[in-house]
Amino acid sequence: MVIAADPLLLGPIGLEVFLIILIKVVASFVLLMVSVMLMVWFERKLISDMQNRIGPDVAGPWGILQTLADGIKLFFKEDLIPENADRPVFKLAPYLSLVPAFLVFAIVPIGGDFRTGDGTVGWFGHRTFLQVADPPMGILLFLALSSVAVYGVMLAGWSSGSKYPLLGSVRASAQMISYEAALGLAIATVFLTGGSLSTHEIVSSQSNWNWNVATTGVVPFLIFLVAGTAELNRPPFDLVEAEQELVGGFHTEYSSIRFALFFLAEFMNVITMSAIAVTLFLGGPDGPILVEQVAWIWPILWFSLKLLAFLFSFVWLRATLPRIRYDQLMDLGWKVLIPLALGWFLLIAALNVGRDRGWSPVPVVLVSVAVLWAGAAMLGGAVRKARAERRAIELGSDEVLDAGDGA
Amino acid sequence: MIAMAALQGFDSLMSGDTVVAQNIAFGILAVVMIVAALRMVTTGNVVHAALYLVIVLAGVAGIFILLGAEFVGVTQVLVYIGAIVVLFLFGIMLTRGALGEDEEADTEKRRMAVLVGVLVLVVTGGAVLDSFGDAAVNRAAPSLTAEIGDTIFSQYIVPFEAVSVLLLAALIGAIVVARKD
Repeated sequence: MVIAADPLLLGPIGLEVFLIILIKVVASFVLLMVSVMLMVWFERKLISDMQNRIGPDVAGPWGILQTLADGIKLFFKEDLIPENADRPVFKLAPYLSLVPAFLVFAIVPIGGDFRTGDGTVGWFGHRTFLQVADPPMGILLFLALSSVAVYGVMLAGWSSGSKYPLLGSVRASAQMISYEAALGLAIATVFLTGGSLSTHEIVSSQSNWNWNVATTGVVPFLIFLVAGTAELNRPPFDLVEAEQELVGGFHTEYSSIRFALFFLAEFMNVITMSAIAVTLFLGGPDGPILVEQVAWIWPILWFSLKLLAFLFSFVWLRATLPRIRYDQLMDLGWKVLIPLALGWFLLIAALNVGRDRGWSPVPVVLVSVAVLWAGAAMLGGAVRKARAERRAIELGSDEVLDAGDGA
Repeated sequence: MIAMAALQGFDSLMSGDTVVAQNIAFGILAVVMIVAALRMVTTGNVVHAALYLVIVLAGVAGIFILLGAEFVGVTQVLVYIGAIVVLFLFGIMLTRGALGEDEEADTEKRRMAVLVGVLVLVVTGGAVLDSFGDAAVNRAAPSLTAEIGDTIFSQYIVPFEAVSVLLLAALIGAIVVARKD
């Protein structure tokens, strides 16, 4: 049975291969943990700079060990469980949000030469991909895991047995479910241009500057970024933990190491979402090899740089934008992003069919846009008519009531 | 010497027949699923019941993956765990905030539920046995996503579209029923 196309797994699986897989698993775990640690520090330091403060500067050089200190402190704090809590679910929830965050990183290719080679690197005489797993349905796994991550937030709020966490988790889960649709549709355009669900195939179809951000025409990339930010519950979409309204959101009742796990999951999700964005739209590890002697290091370096750019923009967004209102959030998700993503998806599909049939792209685009516009206009007209009729009925019934009052 | 022998044993285990490993995995999944299914119908807490249902559905996804149907397995997680049970939980959370045992869950309707459950089991089980019998799954050729897509959009296009229209009708119907005006 072919589990993955990784050349490592095609031959006989001996101890050596098993050890390589083990190294990859441990390395990806350690890499992710260390990056989360640095990410928390990076965010605090950068926000401080943007707000003209100093930020953490006591633990280690430039305060770089601050996260470690906080982690140790949280670990030794008393672990409180509220009296009204549903204990097993309350204990389970932090892991439900942490584990999917870890697993997503397994399908991200973080290196390997895709320009001249096939994206493999040589390790102890075996060729392998620089990713833990390359399942054929790759990116679908990301969507599946991000829908599983909703459980952590939802159950944390419910099992706390308290009002504010419940409200926070209802908000959060509604938000995450709504934006998952737009996220999935934006990713679907990548399937159309890349022709595969496997992350390795998607990256190799983008080698030599053939990045999906351009080939899918920027719009899906922007939709992915907005929907991704909302999916992460990051500012400006952080209504989940709006302190002024909800105390602390879904994790109000959590303390000690359980709170730390939520915090860890949140930052880990920021990193994995950025990594997925780089993989899908910015060519993953694709980039020029500048010094031939250390050719293996360049893809990893390019990947890290692109990742860092995303992480920086997430922090930047947090420091710059005010939180949006809940109705604005829902309007943006359902009435703007989903129709736009769907329309763009259909446009790219029409272009693909046109290319297969040898049609000229210009009339294909014009006809598609005309058809989509006509569809949108019909739908909009129907909505407006229904609204006008409803208003007429409301006014009519009010008049009847008024007349009744008068008599 | 012992280490060497252990290494050789390990090698033969890893390169040996994967069917044995698959059978063991199936056994574990089946036991977990049966226990979770029984707990689901016996627990008095609605949210716990939904969570046991998640375990059962995850087990189904696991069995699909064991059979090489990775796309169906992931779709199972995406649709059933990620959407349908989330919707159940959402409904429960919005309508009843109280934690703990739910007395209403244990009513006279239980007998009727058992009857319906047995009927569904007999009908679906009979249908599966009738159409497949002892036919074995070809484990050497896992079903590819592209192949599934091709079959849905060529051979099964009419049933696929019919189901889509049905779902759309259900969706619009739900909105019409839910609207007050």
